[in-house]
Amino acid sequence: MRTYDSIQTDLSAGVATCESITQEYLGAIEKGRHLNAMISVFAERALEQARTVDQKLAAGSAGPLAGMVVSIKDVICVKDEKVTCGSKMLEDFVSLYDATVVERLKAADAIIIGKNNMDEFAMGSSTENSAFGRVKLPHDPERVPGGSSGGSAVAVRAGMSTTSLGTDTGGSIRQPAAFTGVVGLKPTYGRVSRYGLVAFASSFDCIGPFGLNTKDVARVLQAIAGHDPQDSTSAHVPVPDYLQSLTKDVRGLRIGIPREYFAEGLADEIREALEKHIDRLRDNGAVIEEVSLPHTEYTIATYYILATAEASSNLARFDGARYGYRAKGIQDLSEMYTKSRSEGFGPEVKRRIMLGTYVLSAGYYDAYYRKGQKVRRLIQEDFLKAFRSVDCLITPTTPSTAFKAGEKSGDPLQMYLSDIYTTSANLAGIPGISIPCGTDHDGLPIGLQILGKQFDEPTILRVSDFLESTFEEGSGN
Amino acid sequence: MTRQLHPDFEPVIGLEVHAQLLTKSKAFCACSTRFGDEPNSNVCPVCLGMPGVLPILNRNLVEFTIKMGLATHCTIANRSIFARKNYFYPDLPKGYQISQYEEPICTGGFVEIELQDGSRKRIGITRIHMEEDAGKSIHDQGAETLVDVNRCGVPLMEIVSQPDLRSPHEAYQYLFKIKQIVTYLGICDGNMEEGSLRCDANVSVRRKGETRLGTKTELKNLNSFRFVERALEYEIHRQIDLLGHGEHVEQETLLWNADEGIAVPMRSKEEAHDYRYFPDPDLVPVVVTSDWLEEIRTTLPELPTERRDRFLRQYHLPKYDADILTTERPLADYFEEVVRALTPQNDETYKLASNWTMTDVLRVVNTEKIQIADFHISPSRLGEMINLIVDGTISSKIAKDVFEEMLRSKDSPRTIVEKKGLMQVSDEGTIERIVDEVIAKNQNQVEQFKSGKQQVFGYLVGETMKASKGKANPKLVNELLRKKLAHAEET
Ligand SMILES: [Zn+2]
Repeated sequence: MRTYDSIQTDLSAGVATCESITQEYLGAIEKGRHLNAMISVFAERALEQARTVDQKLAAGSAGPLAGMVVSIKDVICVKDEKVTCGSKMLEDFVSLYDATVVERLKAADAIIIGKNNMDEFAMGSSTENSAFGRVKLPHDPERVPGGSSGGSAVAVRAGMSTTSLGTDTGGSIRQPAAFTGVVGLKPTYGRVSRYGLVAFASSFDCIGPFGLNTKDVARVLQAIAGHDPQDSTSAHVPVPDYLQSLTKDVRGLRIGIPREYFAEGLADEIREALEKHIDRLRDNGAVIEEVSLPHTEYTIATYYILATAEASSNLARFDGARYGYRAKGIQDLSEMYTKSRSEGFGPEVKRRIMLGTYVLSAGYYDAYYRKGQKVRRLIQEDFLKAFRSVDCLITPTTPSTAFKAGEKSGDPLQMYLSDIYTTSANLAGIPGISIPCGTDHDGLPIGLQILGKQFDEPTILRVSDFLESTFEEGSGN
Repeated sequence: MTRQLHPDFEPVIGLEVHAQLLTKSKAFCACSTRFGDEPNSNVCPVCLGMPGVLPILNRNLVEFTIKMGLATHCTIANRSIFARKNYFYPDLPKGYQISQYEEPICTGGFVEIELQDGSRKRIGITRIHMEEDAGKSIHDQGAETLVDVNRCGVPLMEIVSQPDLRSPHEAYQYLFKIKQIVTYLGICDGNMEEGSLRCDANVSVRRKGETRLGTKTELKNLNSFRFVERALEYEIHRQIDLLGHGEHVEQETLLWNADEGIAVPMRSKEEAHDYRYFPDPDLVPVVVTSDWLEEIRTTLPELPTERRDRFLRQYHLPKYDADILTTERPLADYFEEVVRALTPQNDETYKLASNWTMTDVLRVVNTEKIQIADFHISPSRLGEMINLIVDGTISSKIAKDVFEEMLRSKDSPRTIVEKKGLMQVSDEGTIERIVDEVIAKNQNQVEQFKSGKQQVFGYLVGETMKASKGKANPKLVNELLRKKLAHAEET
């Protein structure tokens, strides 16, 4: 398994080429087939791209991510490649264009190797809801890697790509990062263009990177962040130099510990692992302070009302009329719609479409959708208030480590609760990162989450990088 | 054909008018809005609703709608939002239409219409909002339904009136005024037959004196100015007949069938829509700064009513003339261009310009079915021609011939007059000779005149004009003829 630093060392020492590195990753993909992390692999295109980058390197004109091999969650469009969204509905659908993030990665000379498996339309927390079969946790194939970006997390964990892009609507990057023991960043809403991301819940969806360390995640963010004229919700905020923020110094930094995130329901081992890290921050000059986010208990309910409402509308275009799956033997328009959608979507997607349709319906809108919007504002205000006294927050990423496949799939509510610590960041639009911070008694990774102020990715990257370096040195884990 | 309305009942009508805006590109993508292109040629991933695309608001859509809002005295919201109107239909690629619902851009305005007694009435405007058009389903091509997506995403503005209209004629007047305003603003071509202006009506009736509203029906498909009045009359009579027989009006949506002259209820399945409106998370709120608003305000042209009133004030035209000349902005512009070319500038020459524009120019434009802009005689040429009448170079009668010639040639009116020798003869000696000849040839008539038959004088004038091939200055002919006859009387 390689970080981008090791790739750069080998490239400049002349012991590897982008082509040989890409071959290595293709080998790892082949070896890890049983994990089912990839939906498609563009071996030929990737090798061709690698050769081009090798030429650029020789000419001294290569971009900042030359030689980095990236895999992409299959909900993000790559021109002339399939974008299945993990769904039968788009099983054979080929995108007409590149997503902005893909365009930017290509411009930085990253090599796109393939597309990651995922929960259908990014709906799920275990990557069991894929029309292409579930993704397995490398540590224990009986367990889930988290979701919905499970394939992207596993691809990095199992060395199938240096980094990967996932999407995070309610925790779909951070939760699988925690389960698989990699670093996963959900940027501020608006930091990264959504153009070319097949929408689940537009006001929540964020594209973000997975990597083996903070530095790689920062590098990818550097390449994909910034305003995009094709996404009016992308922000006009300047993009700072993220690598420069990795100072390994946390002196004077004020770090908040939200009381509500350490209450009932959190596994003891996770609490203990986090406390060790918090102590180390304190020992190194950070100021630790308890804070309160009083509306935390409404997070999951609010999220599922608002996100499903948006989803019900976003997924209306998959109707069998123009592209995607169309049921056979249909007689009329209404039958085309109902049969195509009933057969094309999986049960979790249908559940959320129905939930979202319900909360927007006449007579229920005020009680659910409008009220949900109000609570969303209260949750945002909770964070604003907390960030008046602290620079960032530390919380567990998940209440438990990776669970067994099938363990929660019969109980949607239990499944939804596995996102209890991550969803609030999506409601508030703030950035969050999950980093590995130890393992439990089964050797399963534990994730630590750092939440920051809007557009203050530098601070959470700085803390993440600091913990990573001291963790490696100190604990021997 | 028009049946009198029942004297005990009064109709209450509100109109919803959709205007297709004349922006070059679509509301949320860069595709062209051109009409009549090859089906599905003006499309891109965004208006095709491909997975992953996002809408980008066309600033012109906002500007055009603000212009309409300002022209109708609306309050322009400094912050307004887009909403999604959700429903399934094959010509709606995203499964929702981007529109405005709560927090539209313009609210609370009015337009003035003129009633038959000449008084003016204010019709309230509830709101004006922005939205995108759907595509077109084509059902008559065999068993399959075809979809043309070219129109998908073409910008529309919906203008919703208050239920202030009290007769089909008022509704017509209101619609006419809306058309006048949008065409004056240059934001819509106002063509109902081609669908760039579409109208739905909400209709109810109630007993006079009643303040509560009756049950209303929604009348759709009123696709021409003629249909609007006819359809409303039909529906009002239908409702009055129901109420008169002690029955009640059902709240429903009716489609006007112009061929049969009846309104047919839509199948309940088609109208049972719950659109599940909610704010569109892909678009940020539209913020209209006061600077931007002022900038748009300065681009507003003079509107039809103001212009009509100015024509009355400035040119002292009869109201009839001012009404006709300001019906359409290009016609009013044409008239004022003619005026600009006039010497001298006075009420008499203004009236001449008005007469020529209203009768001769409009006659040609209407019979040839062309736009004023395409009319062969430029306003400055017409102005020059009128100057020739005023300075006595040609007579009004000869001017008609000159006008006809100007339609065919590019020559200036003076050149035409010279080439064709149409110059008015004002030389006394020449006219005197012709008058003498006419008197000599028409001794009978001269005798009759002498014996007191005054009307024979007109005949003699006509003969003189004829003998001069119409070129003699009629005023001089009159004078000389009178003098000669008086002289002949004495002898
Ligand atoms: Zn388009």
